[in-house]
Amino acid sequence: MGQRQLDQDRIRIDRVSKHFTLRHTRAVKEIVVKGLQGRRKELSEQFTALRDVSLTVGEGEAIALLGRNGSGKSTLLKLISGVMGADEGSIAVRGNVAGLIDVGAGFHPDLTGRENIFLNGAILGMSEAKIHQEFDRIVAFSEIEEFIDTEVKFYSSGMFLRLAFAVAVHTDPDIFLVDEILAVGDEPFQHKCLDRIRELRDEGKCLVIVSHDLDMVSKFTERGIVLERGRMIHDGPIGEAVALLRQRSEG
Amino acid sequence: MVVSSGPRQTGGHGGRGASPSHPTAHLDKAHITPMSDTAIFQAPGSGGGLLDVFRRRYLLRLLVHKELKARYHGSVLGMLWSYIKPAVQFGVFYFVIGVFFKMNNAVDSYAVYLFSGIIAMNFFSEAFGNATRSITGNWALVKKIYLPRELFPVASVFVSFTHFIPQVLVLIVGCLVTGWHPTIWQLAAGVGGFLVLAVFALGLGLIFGALNVVFRDFENVVDLILMVATWGSPVIYTWTAVRDALGDGPLWWFYQCNPLTNVVEIFHWTFWYPTTDGQAPMPTQMPTFVAIAAGVSVVVLGIGQLVFRRFDGRFAQEL
Repeated sequence: MGQRQLDQDRIRIDRVSKHFTLRHTRAVKEIVVKGLQGRRKELSEQFTALRDVSLTVGEGEAIALLGRNGSGKSTLLKLISGVMGADEGSIAVRGNVAGLIDVGAGFHPDLTGRENIFLNGAILGMSEAKIHQEFDRIVAFSEIEEFIDTEVKFYSSGMFLRLAFAVAVHTDPDIFLVDEILAVGDEPFQHKCLDRIRELRDEGKCLVIVSHDLDMVSKFTERGIVLERGRMIHDGPIGEAVALLRQRSEG
Repeated sequence: MVVSSGPRQTGGHGGRGASPSHPTAHLDKAHITPMSDTAIFQAPGSGGGLLDVFRRRYLLRLLVHKELKARYHGSVLGMLWSYIKPAVQFGVFYFVIGVFFKMNNAVDSYAVYLFSGIIAMNFFSEAFGNATRSITGNWALVKKIYLPRELFPVASVFVSFTHFIPQVLVLIVGCLVTGWHPTIWQLAAGVGGFLVLAVFALGLGLIFGALNVVFRDFENVVDLILMVATWGSPVIYTWTAVRDALGDGPLWWFYQCNPLTNVVEIFHWTFWYPTTDGQAPMPTQMPTFVAIAAGVSVVVLGIGQLVFRRFDGRFAQEL
């Protein structure tokens, strides 16, 4: 990892593991019965989503997290964003984290588009002044000017996602996480989102992108991380990462 | 632009990243760009707990607004319901207990006596009950975006406060009708009593809100606690009846150390006592009990914060 030119680190992930316990039951009766029969192990299953992953991402760096479904990419993003805590190892970030992950999560259907912009902006860490300052740009980006005072539950799914994306890309975090950007919107809107993400990258934000669209990530990032069943099997130039993943998927 | 809340270590995580032995720590200070040197490394999601709620009070305000708007959405009467419900509750209690059980004869201006206790209980029940459900109720946010999760129980307490205000106004009208002459101390005691109650409800709400994520049984436990609590304080009866039954011993002390009981008594002193002829006895050693109650509330809040922190990292995967 020595070839990178960076001013300073933004994300430090040090030997991180994450396990999930899948409980089959919480009912007292079954727990007691299985416990008495000495079959306590049948009550739950341990599943390791990430195993011993170490990674450092610097300021102004854009990286791609690649891997098949269930390889641990989204879990890693959740650990970086702080939604979940790691079980082993340590994660540290410098600066604030936001991004395009579950963009509509903070929206409330009974509130208007305008109210949702403020609520979501605040949820994503924007100050009141910052939201006021960005408000017009957010509305223009979402292209739903005439419906801004309509309750969000009357929006089409496309309008809803456009507004959610518009808020998310106007936050000003130091570390920007992106999970499957191309899954939504029509093509012109996707282009707009990509342009905005490119802009963020050029501003020197630290970008972490999760995507299955290998061509897209190749254009955005220089460095690719490949995860396989929770282990990191590659950390290096994106071209090699993409080639490795393609080869693995075929084999 | 930093959400930095000071270096905080959670369970041994986070702090290690900045230790000199770390492989990346060789980067010397000269490389730090001026725009970023205000930020420090910390574990994501390890905020300052309730202090973070204070830092993000703008978001808190919007969450309270959302909650109220969602609750009264599509309702014709809207916030008026927060006047109607306690008024009906009051009417039922007044007739059943005041008239049928003849408490009106036993206690001077019993209506005011009753209502001052009821509003304390209503606030406590709503704040504690909703705070308990606040994490599971906001699962979509908790699971997907990191926020100081203490925001949700705190928002529940504020929402309950907006329902408490109309009840106080109704009570004050009732007090004025019966001839209310409170001293400044009695008014101050009322405000202090409310704060004790809010702290107590928030502390319990943090504890049970966190536990409820792991075992949903806890919302039923809380309903049970609230049911007992409603009758466990001198709301419809007087404190003298309890002392006569329990005597002056440890049981009586135990009863009096309950913050709820104290706040109900404080509210009696604020609202009801100044409407009477001043002959009714107030509990002796009241200041001691109030001090204990305030202490208990603060300790419960502290425990609540610790329990909440302890479970916080598991919320996203348990929901």
